[in-house]
Amino acid sequence: MEKFTLAKALNAGLRKAMEADPKVLIMGEDVGKLGGVFRITDGLQKDFGEDRVIDSPLAESGIIGTAVGMAIRGYRPVCEIQFDGFVYPAYDQIVSQIAKFHFRTEGRVKMPIVIRIPFGGGIGAVEHHSESPEAQFAHTPGLKVVACSNPVDGYWMIQQAIAHDDPVIFLEPKRQYHADKAKVDLDATPDPLFASRVVRAGADATLISYGPMVKTCLAAAEVSAAEGRTLEVIDLRTLSPLDMAPVYESVRRTGRAVVAHEAHLNLGMGAELAARITEHCFYSLEAPVLRAAGFDTPYPPARIEEHWLPDLDRVLDTIDRTFSY
Amino acid sequence: MSSPEFGPHLEYDGGPDLVQLLTPEGERVEHPEFSFTPPDGQTEAETVRGFYRDMVLTRRIDSEATALQRHGELGLWAQLLGQEAAQIGAGRALRPQDFVFPTYREHGVAYCRGVDPLRLLALFRGVDQGSWDPYAHNFGIYTIVIGAQCLHATGYAMGVQRDGAVGTGDPNRDTAVVAHFGDGATSQGDVNESFIFAASYDAPVVFFCQNNQWAISEPIERQTRIPLYQRALGFGFPGLRVDGNDVLATYAVMQKALDRAREGRGPSFVEAYTYRMGAHTTTDDPTRYRLSNDVERWKLRDPIERVRVYLRRQGLAGQDFFDAVQAEADELGVRLREGCKALPDPDPTSPFNNVFAEMTPELREQRDEFASYMSSFGDEPSHTDYNEHVAGAF
Repeated sequence: MEKFTLAKALNAGLRKAMEADPKVLIMGEDVGKLGGVFRITDGLQKDFGEDRVIDSPLAESGIIGTAVGMAIRGYRPVCEIQFDGFVYPAYDQIVSQIAKFHFRTEGRVKMPIVIRIPFGGGIGAVEHHSESPEAQFAHTPGLKVVACSNPVDGYWMIQQAIAHDDPVIFLEPKRQYHADKAKVDLDATPDPLFASRVVRAGADATLISYGPMVKTCLAAAEVSAAEGRTLEVIDLRTLSPLDMAPVYESVRRTGRAVVAHEAHLNLGMGAELAARITEHCFYSLEAPVLRAAGFDTPYPPARIEEHWLPDLDRVLDTIDRTFSY
Repeated sequence: MSSPEFGPHLEYDGGPDLVQLLTPEGERVEHPEFSFTPPDGQTEAETVRGFYRDMVLTRRIDSEATALQRHGELGLWAQLLGQEAAQIGAGRALRPQDFVFPTYREHGVAYCRGVDPLRLLALFRGVDQGSWDPYAHNFGIYTIVIGAQCLHATGYAMGVQRDGAVGTGDPNRDTAVVAHFGDGATSQGDVNESFIFAASYDAPVVFFCQNNQWAISEPIERQTRIPLYQRALGFGFPGLRVDGNDVLATYAVMQKALDRAREGRGPSFVEAYTYRMGAHTTTDDPTRYRLSNDVERWKLRDPIERVRVYLRRQGLAGQDFFDAVQAEADELGVRLREGCKALPDPDPTSPFNNVFAEMTPELREQRDEFASYMSSFGDEPSHTDYNEHVAGAF
């Protein structure tokens, strides 16, 4: 079985999707000869040609807006936004155009568009290169939002998102791109795209996360186990829709829930998760749902980002707090 | 350096580069580059009579809708009064396979594409958000965010290229795309980005700008210091200005621009020089920002009147024809009035149904909860009815 980094797994998944359907196109800045700044589209233009792997002018709204037109014509564009902080020039095309097209046309026009966004921090980048905009898109009706956390999911989820008939914001944890390798069984039957997954079983508290924070949460569970607490870790994978059944099942058993994400605390995914858990698991809760998150400031300069990001210690501290009730 | 002697507003007559084939007085004139060629199988007289009918019916759709708004039957209407020639000229130059991306004011083009005007009324009544089938008419849904559709048109045209539907020489296959927008939209980033994408990929799209001189209350001088059509050159494709109140010239110019696109020779920009005779929409009050004098001057350039004069003087249409068109317009008016009032309100649970191609379980749950909440009232009046009842008492 071949071992892949997340970057290689995404690349292989994109290749597979392009082989499977000639209507699949890749669009973005530097996605052609360069293979993207993170090399996720490496080699694809060489094999599929310039008509299918399209180096676009440097204009994000232009990329997404022309993808809308291609989707109307029957294509399935996969757009790369180079960095999270550069998605905002395309915001209208995403939230007012793509998200509403199926609705406004009463289902006559589909928008099978995937918007890939490398997201999150921890790579020592300059400003606008480390952000976590997921809540802005999860808040928008008409969009589906997913985040992969590991190479196996990267390989399968990108193919599933491309094959899906609704628009998908596909978040890739950029600090994981080249971090770890994992064996990817290319013949496996993958989990459904819009399903969360328990990635570590436990009995004392439920730790809920997605994208780059899943690794941190698994480390937190490891440390807690040494301290005699077993934590159940859930990788949400899908942020809109949320797949809450495994979360409810877990929290009803553990009575405690902690949500961890890099995105700002205020009105982040943790707020919605806390509201839903409180409504559905009220009589099982031993403590309020707590959150370990980025602060409500703009993303800081890189030399202090390790303090700003919820790291292993902050997650462990939040777990300690949930046991103080 | 400013050049106060040169401004778009001073070119009341459209300036020296204006392409015109029928003067405001109804005189046919020739142009060295553009000539009016009727479609295959039609005489010139038949075609011009057809344009006249199209414009009269389009104006009737517009005036009926305006009246329906005044009677409270529509929430809003965006009037096209004065822009009939631009829209019919552009609409009639299309082939069936061409695809149109409209703004929210393209009622005349919608009519040319066979969209029932009642569907337009439904949108402005608040019954739906555009319920015609874009694929059945090759006419997209109305776009209200200014200029956003220009990128959609360009992307669609890039799709057309990838389908090999340009430059084949087959008149039933080669496809052009039209992006409609107004003078105000030319300030939008999306419009400028669409020019760049279209130029970069040689996309088969015609950018058709109806310069009606006004973006709600802001005159064209606020958007540009040079005539709009001259901007095209800076993007690397041809641009020209046509008399947008001259249906023959608009038709001739659009035929050429569309052919250019279909032949795979890339995008072009057509500025239809016209005037918004009415308000921006029914909520607008143009007396606050423009002189009635200007409006009076543009009345002399009316797009329909000049065709009527031409048809009469040349003996191309008799009173019977004009009476028949008038009767047809009256019939249309009745149908629209009655049809509009009969449009049913949608089911309150209907918004859930088309958010996604594949509905999410959580949305289904929300819909079902709402439906059961709604049905919990049974025959009891809800508080909404109660409030209306109380308000009515005062």
